[in-house]
Amino acid sequence: MQKFTTLTGIAAPMDRANVDTDAIIPKQYLKSIKRSGFGPNLFDSWRYLDEGEPGMDHSRRRLNPDFVLNQPRYAGASILLARANFGCGSSREHAPWALMDYGFRVIIAPSYADIFYQNSLKNGLLPVVLEEATVQQLFEGVYAQEGYRLSVDLDRQTVTTPSGQVIHFDIDPFRKHCLVNGLDDIGLTLEHVDDIRAYEARRRKEAPWLFR
Amino acid sequence: MNGKTLYDKLWEAHVVRTNPDGTALVYIDRHLVHEVTSPQAFEGLRLAGRGLWRVDANLATADHNVPTTGRRQGIADPVSRLQVETLDQNCQDFGITEFGMNDPRQGIVHVIGPEQGATLPGMTVVCGDSHTSTHGAFGALAFGIGTSEVEHVLATQCLLLKKSKNMRVRVEGAIPFGVTAKDIVLVIVGRIGTAGGTGYAIEFAGSAIRSLSMEGRMTVCNMAIEAGARAGMIAVDDKTIDYLRGRPYAPPPQLWEQAQVAWRSLYSDAGATFDHEIEIDAGAIVPQVTWGTSPEMVVGIDGRVPDPAREQDATRRASMRGALEYMNLVPGTAIQDIAIDKVFIGSCTNSRIEDLRVAAAVVRGKRLAHNVKLAMVVPGSGLIKTQAESEGLDKIFAAAGFEWREPGCSMCLAMNADRLEPGERCASTSNRNFEGRQGAGGRTHLVSPAMAAAAGIAGHFVDVRSWR
Ligand code: SF4
Repeated sequence: MQKFTTLTGIAAPMDRANVDTDAIIPKQYLKSIKRSGFGPNLFDSWRYLDEGEPGMDHSRRRLNPDFVLNQPRYAGASILLARANFGCGSSREHAPWALMDYGFRVIIAPSYADIFYQNSLKNGLLPVVLEEATVQQLFEGVYAQEGYRLSVDLDRQTVTTPSGQVIHFDIDPFRKHCLVNGLDDIGLTLEHVDDIRAYEARRRKEAPWLFR
Repeated sequence: MNGKTLYDKLWEAHVVRTNPDGTALVYIDRHLVHEVTSPQAFEGLRLAGRGLWRVDANLATADHNVPTTGRRQGIADPVSRLQVETLDQNCQDFGITEFGMNDPRQGIVHVIGPEQGATLPGMTVVCGDSHTSTHGAFGALAFGIGTSEVEHVLATQCLLLKKSKNMRVRVEGAIPFGVTAKDIVLVIVGRIGTAGGTGYAIEFAGSAIRSLSMEGRMTVCNMAIEAGARAGMIAVDDKTIDYLRGRPYAPPPQLWEQAQVAWRSLYSDAGATFDHEIEIDAGAIVPQVTWGTSPEMVVGIDGRVPDPAREQDATRRASMRGALEYMNLVPGTAIQDIAIDKVFIGSCTNSRIEDLRVAAAVVRGKRLAHNVKLAMVVPGSGLIKTQAESEGLDKIFAAAGFEWREPGCSMCLAMNADRLEPGERCASTSNRNFEGRQGAGGRTHLVSPAMAAAAGIAGHFVDVRSWR
């Protein structure tokens, strides 16, 4: 997994609640058997005016000039500001893959769907949770000022605004540890092989029909 | 001691070890695999030189990409074909049992698990698919996972999890005529909201839930995720046990008694406390139709499209406006005045034999309305298809102008060739009405099988309670 420590970057606003995973990366791109290359199709049906299919030359597609990420002021954004219940819907990990492939490393929202939140953490995409009112204030900041940049420090668990305001956020200590060090979950679990074997031996006695 | 909830019991029985921060390594009994969310996980195993922890805990099938017609000719779309072939290859390489595209047992992963008895009470069941909550209908802890977690389960048979909070939704009273499990769960989603169950495991309880068949219970648990909950579940009773008896993966006769005794303890104790409880009066439920682009945007068949101007909350008002624009609906329109272009009866929510019987009873002896371009019935599995054909349901559908297809996910998410064209409006028995879900620009109204069938005949939504 990619490490995450600190990041300063342009914030882009995704100003709608319940952004679902079908919107983040439409199903036709889920046919890929790879983990990469989803960036050009992030928010595909909002971002382009024509209907996208895998294998298209994206440079020739018609961009939707009204879509927020197509506005020049948000070019190169690495922080996505979002509303409640971001990432609801399916379990597709293609959603965080697409966000990261596009260039996002941090999302800031009042809440996330459970599976999306976990999937993001496992890929080095940091989902920051802040109070609704604080998120609202950041939206206002982004709209008011072109080139609005936020600094995110995972170690200190802070988001710093251009005016120097420091906002604290919470994160599970274990997940933070994994992110900061870029740790592989499977490797960590395999340190407990004996525990898993002991559990299986006990369970096999209690519920033998589960092991057939 | 207050007693334990069903979720507490399932959780505790699967904890391998607890970490100081409260997270736990949880053992997974059954892992279901499909073609869309697994290729990158197998690739990860290969890159790390890892094998499977327990081959026999896995069961695979191809469902999302498979065509629903002309299956013998294979998959026309080369990208879809490669994904299905990749699953075949991975299952072969790693020794996993797979019901391939032309196996009579092939079907939607959440339909075949229970059908085979591969989903059992007291199990932890996972799959790289959010509708894994379906399997909770059997008193199992079942939830969807992402691809990293798929790889983790393949390699370790465990997941690192944090315990969820407990929520109970009690649906009490007799279910009125014409109202189905789908209507019940749509009402629940409408009440809780799409994020209301986030962080919770939901237990569905109450006399109305107990009165449902296993098929109906699966429909309810299937859509727990639409209320934001990763897992939905229902306590074990005689119906659960009767459903499983004799299924291929169910315990063999010499273990059946022991298993049954263990399963009968899978309910919430009388004194158990829930972090959140909701009660719904079954008698007040009417057939439901979604009007927007989120499953919580739902109203009764006797209702009207709501007016965003009357919504107080600014974010919600904006969502409603956006949804109505996408759906091309005007506030105040009676739901029964909404005309449809297509009908889709299928998906892991409503493609089981009981769903098909109900839909067939509605269309028997009638004809599809002229304005309806296509109505398709897609059974959840090959075995359901065979069963339905032995009952003559395929003939009833065909006589009414409904197409009878091969099993798979089909137009639930339109990854195969079945899809809505831009602007088309569909009465669908699936579970998500998100923008573009059934095809770019397509407009989805979620309903029960009976409501979808009746809409196909009438050409617009109608109240099945007054259907003859
Ligand atoms: S039928 Fe639809 S919701 Fe169910 S697994 Fe298939 S795509 Fe997902």
